[in-house]
Amino acid sequence: MELFNNLVLGFTTAGAPWNLFFCFIGVILGTLIGVLPGIGATATIAMLLPITFQLEPVSSLIMLAGIYYGAQYGGSTTAILINMPGESSSAVTAIDGYQMARKGRAGAALAIAAIGSFFAGTVSTILVAVFAPPLTAVALKFGSAEYFSLMIVGLVSSIALAHGSVVKALGMVVLGLLLGLVGTDIYTGTPRFNLGILELSDGLNFVAVAVGVFGIAEILRNLENEHDRDVMIKKVTNLWPTKQDWKEMTAPILRGTAIGSALGILPGGGAILASFASYTVEKRMSKTPQEFGKGAVAGVAGPESANNAGAQTSFIPMLTLGIPANPVMALMIGAMIIQGIVPGPNVATEQPALFWGIIASMWIGNLMLILLNLPLIGLWVKLLTIPYYMLFPAIIAFCSIGVYSVNSNVFDLFAVAFFGLIGYVLAKLRCEPAPLLLGFVLGPLLEEHLRRAMIMSRGDATTFVTRPISLTLLLLAAAVLVVVLLPSIRKKRDEVFVED
Amino acid sequence: MKSLSFSTRDIVCGLFFILAGLFFAIQAYGLDLGTAFRMGPGYFPFVLAGILIVLGVIVIIQGTQIEHEPMGPIAWRGMLLILPAPIFFGLTIRGLGFVPSLFLTALIAAFASNKMRPGMALLLVCGLTIFSVVVFSYALGLPFRRFGPWLGQ
Repeated sequence: MELFNNLVLGFTTAGAPWNLFFCFIGVILGTLIGVLPGIGATATIAMLLPITFQLEPVSSLIMLAGIYYGAQYGGSTTAILINMPGESSSAVTAIDGYQMARKGRAGAALAIAAIGSFFAGTVSTILVAVFAPPLTAVALKFGSAEYFSLMIVGLVSSIALAHGSVVKALGMVVLGLLLGLVGTDIYTGTPRFNLGILELSDGLNFVAVAVGVFGIAEILRNLENEHDRDVMIKKVTNLWPTKQDWKEMTAPILRGTAIGSALGILPGGGAILASFASYTVEKRMSKTPQEFGKGAVAGVAGPESANNAGAQTSFIPMLTLGIPANPVMALMIGAMIIQGIVPGPNVATEQPALFWGIIASMWIGNLMLILLNLPLIGLWVKLLTIPYYMLFPAIIAFCSIGVYSVNSNVFDLFAVAFFGLIGYVLAKLRCEPAPLLLGFVLGPLLEEHLRRAMIMSRGDATTFVTRPISLTLLLLAAAVLVVVLLPSIRKKRDEVFVED
Repeated sequence: MKSLSFSTRDIVCGLFFILAGLFFAIQAYGLDLGTAFRMGPGYFPFVLAGILIVLGVIVIIQGTQIEHEPMGPIAWRGMLLILPAPIFFGLTIRGLGFVPSLFLTALIAAFASNKMRPGMALLLVCGLTIFSVVVFSYALGLPFRRFGPWLGQ
């Protein structure tokens, strides 16, 4: 009954006209950037973060969440229509979705993706509502040792999801952690690593770092060799799936939803892993595996459901523990902090309207997406043809405005340029920015909990392995690390990540 | 094993990790390290910096065992025009004001593309400036002066 009351509270909050409006803006914006080339959800949210300061906390978080799952939708649209996944989580969708489009079944592929996503979104919203409160109760019992170990799990998982070398990804995490420590030591007030620059005494500006390594570096990469996007499909017809399609998509959608929901909860897991796992499972279970890669309905329905479910349930660690599962969640935590909300288990009890409002808005947002996007397909197809050189000046302008408006600080704009350069160089060296940003956010927290746990245990490091929850989490982290280092899995991982 | 073939990419990456690690290690060493029981401000960063250096060495070792791959094109023109654009915005927003500063920032950035033609750039940047003024200055009410003191206002 309490769940029912909570959901009512959530839907009244999210259903308020003002919040509906921002949910709408969020999903439209999300779809737009998912469709447009060369700009991802992370960069967009980083850009808009300062602006959300002007809004109510609920409205701003609802909008940012909308951008996140809206981008998943938009990303799969481009994956299907032009074989270019707008977001990495829809990379798998491109395999069979694009083949369906080539056979003239683009409409059906888009509809299947949308229906799968909506179903998964509905189920996972319910899961978030059911599991968030008990997890919050568990989280309240967490001590510093548990928090430390949990963050280790998150960081290790982000390594597992990075492309290419595991060692490089690990290096990026460590570098990110170190960058996060720049500023002032919270225990002693000692300034550190600030090179005598006054502006650095509060640490590097998170928004500036995120915009630099995701926004600016991405633009530079796109400018390396500009080529026009080839839009083969000019018109999309026959949206409604056939009877045969319905039959073929039902089971994959159910399985995809289950896989996505489970993997999304893991810190560091989320949408990308879920879509890959679902594709593999569908191919294994299929009676006609030879169809995969040639336009199999299950190859679109499964992963699309999985990535949406994963995207939604990745809110669980963020909402209950205040631990980001991916860079987007890190930005959401940034948004909460800007609004003066301390992320963590207390959000559910102290800000029930915010907590349940966000959860309810996910379902509303998914509904909006399915109602809007299928009729608007024609518009999105047109947008696909916008050449890149017309977009990036706007991205630069919005980045500059966004970063400057956080603190009205000129130094932050130097930081954007600096991290843009660093991000580009690292990308040239095949180092991924996502682990770096996650490390950057978690750096200060990780240090704080490590130091606190060590003080509590009087300098005894075994505290991390003698406390059962902490031990379990560390074993999980170790297992993930072992798994990604196993040669056979690494080979598979490399195969899966071949997309560029 | 093949003779003397190595990946420049990995060597550079490893060196980058090592240098970054050394920077943080030297800085952290100058701080109070403390003990494992009561860690000082330098303890955790010092340990991390050590790990980063070790990782850098591993990347280099791995790099000597795989073949060289070309680095691909480098966006020189992009770097030359994109990176200064936000800095220009930061330095002129107060003096010139929001409208001219944003206009020039976007104009600088626009020419980072080889495909951009002057007429197209002007049109695009004008549209962008108008849009931004309406959205950021009027609708969202960000506290920027639209025209600044350098223009005699």
